[in-house]
Amino acid sequence: MKRLYRAWQVMAEALREIFDEAAYSRFLRARQLVSSREAYAAFLREQETAKARRPRCC
Amino acid sequence: MTKLLRFAVWLAVAAAGAMAVATIALHRGEEINAMWLVVAAVCTYAVGYRFYSKFIATKVLLLDATRATPAERLDNGRDFVPTNKWVVFGHHFAAIAGPGPLVGPVLAAQFGYLPGTLWILAGAVLGGCVQDFVVLLFSVRRDGKSLTEMAREEIGKLGGFVAYVAVICIIVILLGACALVVVNALKASPWGTFTIAMTIPIALLMGVYLRRLRPGKVLETSLLGFVLVVLAILGGQWVAHHPSLGAMFTFTAPTLAVLIILYGFTASALPVWLLLAPRDYLSTFVKLGTIAMLAAGILLMRPTLHMPPLTRFIDGSGPVFAGTIFPFAFITIACGAISGFHALISSGTTPKLIRRETESRMVGYGAMLAESMVAVMAMIAACVLQPGVYFAINSPAGIVGQAPEAAATVISNWGFPVTANEMQALAQAVGEHTLFNRIGGAPAFAVGMAHIFSRSLGGQAVMGLWYHFAIMFEALFILTVLDAGTRVGRFMLQDAFGHIWKPLGRTSWYPSILATSALMVLGWGYFLWQGVRDPLGGINSLWPLFGISNQLLATVALCVATTILIKMGKARYAPVTLLPLLWLVTVTFTASWHKMFNPNPRIGFLSHARQLMATGGSPRVIFNDRLDAVVTGFLIVLVGLVLLDSAWNWIGILSRRRPAGVKEAAYVPSVYAQEEK
Repeated sequence: MKRLYRAWQVMAEALREIFDEAAYSRFLRARQLVSSREAYAAFLREQETAKARRPRCC
Repeated sequence: MTKLLRFAVWLAVAAAGAMAVATIALHRGEEINAMWLVVAAVCTYAVGYRFYSKFIATKVLLLDATRATPAERLDNGRDFVPTNKWVVFGHHFAAIAGPGPLVGPVLAAQFGYLPGTLWILAGAVLGGCVQDFVVLLFSVRRDGKSLTEMAREEIGKLGGFVAYVAVICIIVILLGACALVVVNALKASPWGTFTIAMTIPIALLMGVYLRRLRPGKVLETSLLGFVLVVLAILGGQWVAHHPSLGAMFTFTAPTLAVLIILYGFTASALPVWLLLAPRDYLSTFVKLGTIAMLAAGILLMRPTLHMPPLTRFIDGSGPVFAGTIFPFAFITIACGAISGFHALISSGTTPKLIRRETESRMVGYGAMLAESMVAVMAMIAACVLQPGVYFAINSPAGIVGQAPEAAATVISNWGFPVTANEMQALAQAVGEHTLFNRIGGAPAFAVGMAHIFSRSLGGQAVMGLWYHFAIMFEALFILTVLDAGTRVGRFMLQDAFGHIWKPLGRTSWYPSILATSALMVLGWGYFLWQGVRDPLGGINSLWPLFGISNQLLATVALCVATTILIKMGKARYAPVTLLPLLWLVTVTFTASWHKMFNPNPRIGFLSHARQLMATGGSPRVIFNDRLDAVVTGFLIVLVGLVLLDSAWNWIGILSRRRPAGVKEAAYVPSVYAQEEK
């Protein structure tokens, strides 16, 4: 049961990383902000170039 | 005792794998179950991962868990972040898995299931996984440097320049070929076109929802987007049957091509948050879910393969694309076996997330095994179709004719019985007007996937929904690749033009954005247009061109890897990368030669041009043939130069005339060294 829970946790963590939710949490932590439209807009600005330069494979 | 048990288990795995491979290779005359392919793949991957990747990790690369990675040393909470290995694995897999491993195997199924499957298994274990793993590790040891930077530092300026040019060329050709797959899947299909058209407002809505209503809730937004896409698929059925709406969403191939070109340009110039990012999230969400569903469908249904192991088209006369197994099967299936494009991902985001050096084995080698499994599933989806149906869908009108009865007769005369009525019934079941001449791989894959799913969920009644779900899923992938690829190419052009005139290098300067976006879109748009106007359907010329350029990029990546291994003093282990390199050189150079100079007009670009000149063919098509030949030759010359430059380096180092210093970051002890393995 414990292992199943751990597997679920890792999967959820992976999804949060893939979908940039983890990156947003890190951004909020680093700047000591709470989630808001403004904070998310600032996060998107910071991510803009990095995300646009990330290739997607064929 | 434990050791003995472990030995026995691995012996059993190897024996099961060998038996499965022998079954798929030696079975003749009877249909076999798809599970043989699954067992062969799983056992081969397990043995390859357990033994070969371990050998590379411990003997060749000497992975060192005590050495801090750039994610640890340069941790900035943004690009460099030490991340759980399973999370990095998922992230890396999501980035490398695209439409390639789905389309390539479907096209290569014209030879039968055997050649493609064997190449997918051997190519991945001995080539593709090795490339991804080695490039990832070398990038980790160089602070996450890109392939082009490593090529410049380790081989020389020429290597760096060629890698750069090869990346731009492959992006342009890749986008053209991928866009053609979408056009062929959506032409004269109001249901499919409506569904895909709806993904644009859905992505825009997701972008606004994410930014204004629920900041940062990406998973929730993606789930909402997915629900809307499913509604769009359901709505598409109604639209297709509506007299005026159905007509409004029915387009010819040239019209669709123009629309996709306009979309590509617009998407590239819009802010990332508005379209690219939400579409990327939606595509990833659908991709991961659908791949998992397909795997479950195959395991639960255990379908029978109707395609024979080898077809008569191994002689090179295939209708899907012309050419013999060697070299064409090996360039048609790139992403499921070995793909140069992966080297860009392995030297992009992933090395900046690896927490411990030792984890690069699981991420680099392991994720490519997972991608290879996706290719095996695509092969199964194509081969569960009756061969006659497969060839009716995938043969261009230029070969079998436009009239259904005539096409069915031609295909039946090849020894693959099919009737026009049978095809009509199938088209009706999936909600299309016709399934003849739906070349490009996507429709055949979608029919195969719908066939597998409809046996368990909903039966024939919902086959149309499954078919359009599969079409939507592939088109969504491809449009995301178009968005992202055009943007990546735009940035690369801006970087280069910035050296000529500084303002052109400013990524926020709108005239530069518009000019470089237009250049990229014109580049791939030209190839797309050429494919759409090609009487043989375009896939025959474009997909091999894409395969060649992708494998040539892998050649560059393996040149860099071999050079670094020799510089590390590991020359005796250099065959680990050198042998796949030699294989790729043989395959790509032979394929390029055939594509340029083969006297058969269906294979050689130049002989096709000559044939058209003799018969008064279109000057535009003649020009396109010559252009394709020049592009192929140009790529071969460039990669030939890198090979020569690399070989010169190797000889110099081995004969001690050159210093053998590698450009690795200095050793720093890791705080994660003591963590449980």
